[in-house]
Amino acid sequence: MQGTTTHSEKAAQFIANEPRTDWHDDTLWFVRTKRDRAAHTIEAWEGLRATASHIKEHTLSNLHDYLTQFEQNALANGVQVHWAADAAEHNAIVHSIIKKAGIDKIVKSKSMLTEECHLNEYLIQQGIDVVDTDLGERIVQFRHELPSHIVLPAIHLKKQDVSDTFHEHLGTEKDNIDPSYLTHAARLHLRDKFIASDVAITGVNFAIAETGGIVVCTNEGNADMGVHAARVHIACMGMEKMIPKAEHLGVFLRLLARSATGQPITTYSSHFHKPRKGAEMHIVIVDNGRSRQLGRADFRNSLKCIRCGACFNTCPVYRRSGGHSYHNAVAGPIGSILAPNIDMRKNADLPFASTLCGSCSNVCPVKIDIHDQLWKWRQVLMKEGYGGSGKNIMMKGMAFVLSHPRIYRMAGGMGRKVMRWMPWLFNNKSLNPWYKNREMPAPPKQSFREWYQQNKQ
Amino acid sequence: MSTRDKILQAVKNNKPALIPLQEIPALLDVTEENPIVKFTAILKNLSTEVKEVDGWDEVIQYVSELKQQYKIVTVIDGVDGIVNDGADTINQSAAALASLDYALIKGPIGIAENGAIWLNDKNLPNRLLPFICQHLVLVIEAKDIVSNMHQAYRKIQVNEEGYGVFISGPSKTADIEQSLVIGAHGPLSLRVYIVH
Ligand code: SF4
Repeated sequence: MQGTTTHSEKAAQFIANEPRTDWHDDTLWFVRTKRDRAAHTIEAWEGLRATASHIKEHTLSNLHDYLTQFEQNALANGVQVHWAADAAEHNAIVHSIIKKAGIDKIVKSKSMLTEECHLNEYLIQQGIDVVDTDLGERIVQFRHELPSHIVLPAIHLKKQDVSDTFHEHLGTEKDNIDPSYLTHAARLHLRDKFIASDVAITGVNFAIAETGGIVVCTNEGNADMGVHAARVHIACMGMEKMIPKAEHLGVFLRLLARSATGQPITTYSSHFHKPRKGAEMHIVIVDNGRSRQLGRADFRNSLKCIRCGACFNTCPVYRRSGGHSYHNAVAGPIGSILAPNIDMRKNADLPFASTLCGSCSNVCPVKIDIHDQLWKWRQVLMKEGYGGSGKNIMMKGMAFVLSHPRIYRMAGGMGRKVMRWMPWLFNNKSLNPWYKNREMPAPPKQSFREWYQQNKQ
Repeated sequence: MSTRDKILQAVKNNKPALIPLQEIPALLDVTEENPIVKFTAILKNLSTEVKEVDGWDEVIQYVSELKQQYKIVTVIDGVDGIVNDGADTINQSAAALASLDYALIKGPIGIAENGAIWLNDKNLPNRLLPFICQHLVLVIEAKDIVSNMHQAYRKIQVNEEGYGVFISGPSKTADIEQSLVIGAHGPLSLRVYIVH
């Protein structure tokens, strides 16, 4: 692992700006509280989570059949289906579709998979320009940055940053930081792009085996604007997006937006089954390590993820270290489980970027045992000989977020703040008393403590 | 072996033993006491103007007023006094539709728990209509409002047409410092008529 790429070092840069770190922390916590309020309005919330978890577990246990069924039905719908073993193959497939169509103006709505595959960089190398149309993604694209959050791509930026970026690229008034003004400028700029582009790339939130269709959720309407204006639609999906039946959408769509931002549903939930007359629709199904993860009994559960971002918003480490510290397309707690599967060496530090507090697992709408898996990754990484970096993180890495003096000042007695920074204290009431006696919150997992004691020398 | 076969083989080899699929528990499907009240409250919260009306008179009047000033398209069937001119847009390009001020569309089903209204190709002679218009007006009959998503998915057939969408509120974003801005890429406003 290169010195400058570890989570702890990147996080140290992030927290150097204390007011901004506080703001980041506050903002994400606010999103988490919105999630709580939305969840509490649904009587059967826990039942929904259990059902969603069950449906995904079932799907993974029968994924081979569902993928086959999905392909068959999609083909019957007149959709072209492609399979990619890894990022390189995915990118090559997308490129070949674009080349065949003879089009060089392309719009793309949010797709974490294409981020994972570094599609934009690849296409730029081929001389093809892609315009990201999600507002947050467009902002980071202008700045040559990557999204720092899977749902809120530009959450690391302030109005002034966006204003500067738009002033430079869109000619907006200098220092006009009004979000309405800036959003409207982006709207006009991107409307031109939608109208001019003949290829639209989208992600996929859900793929329905029994009908061969896909569902894409957005608030901005950018996926639909792009697809319906274009002649060619390319939808890129990780193969874990599968669900068996359309009726299961009822369960997942009730959970997704409430968990993500506290909305009852996204503004648009678009169901694509057939291209419109005269247009083409392609679906690229990507493995890129997912079949391998499926074979890891301890980690296959991570493939249930519906990318809502709730585990990011609640994570005390994510909130105070920022998404870029995770040096992976998917940051946060879930990214820290997915990343070592893709590249163990490069991402050996990520499972250590956690307090194992369990708040992530508590909010996860599909009940992934995120913090348990982080702990299990640590064991695997130690066994595989990546412990050096791991220990390093333990010693100086976690220290930065959790021994940051402000946190402990606050932890002194202010209930709400304590819950925010150490939500695990409230997960288990019996743990409450001990926090008063300690300056450093000890990780609640006994097994982890033992591990830490054994390995700290 | 093709990539496809290799992937499917790897999935088959690596997946766990089959876990049988259970039915969606009936207890998730809680019927609202007053779906229309809930539907209205949720939509108002989503910056949507809601008008509950008896009969079609007000809608007819609204359409004719809009027509005098704006470029509008109306996709409402079977109402005396409203002309469905959606078919004119079938072959229109995005460039041609970009100047559309209003689209008025009647949907077959609305959902109380989230304010969403379903539209599919039957109501969308051109799929761009509800996205590219500057302002959207959706019309729903009071009897077509169900309590929740489970009930909605029982009523619709997602693949009845090539495309279908739930729309809940006007387009929006909070990507700049979490400040909510109504009117991202889709419509700047949404008005919903609930017709009794
Ligand atoms: S792991 Fe769970 S909480 Fe985190 S993004 Fe995935 S579904 Fe959401």
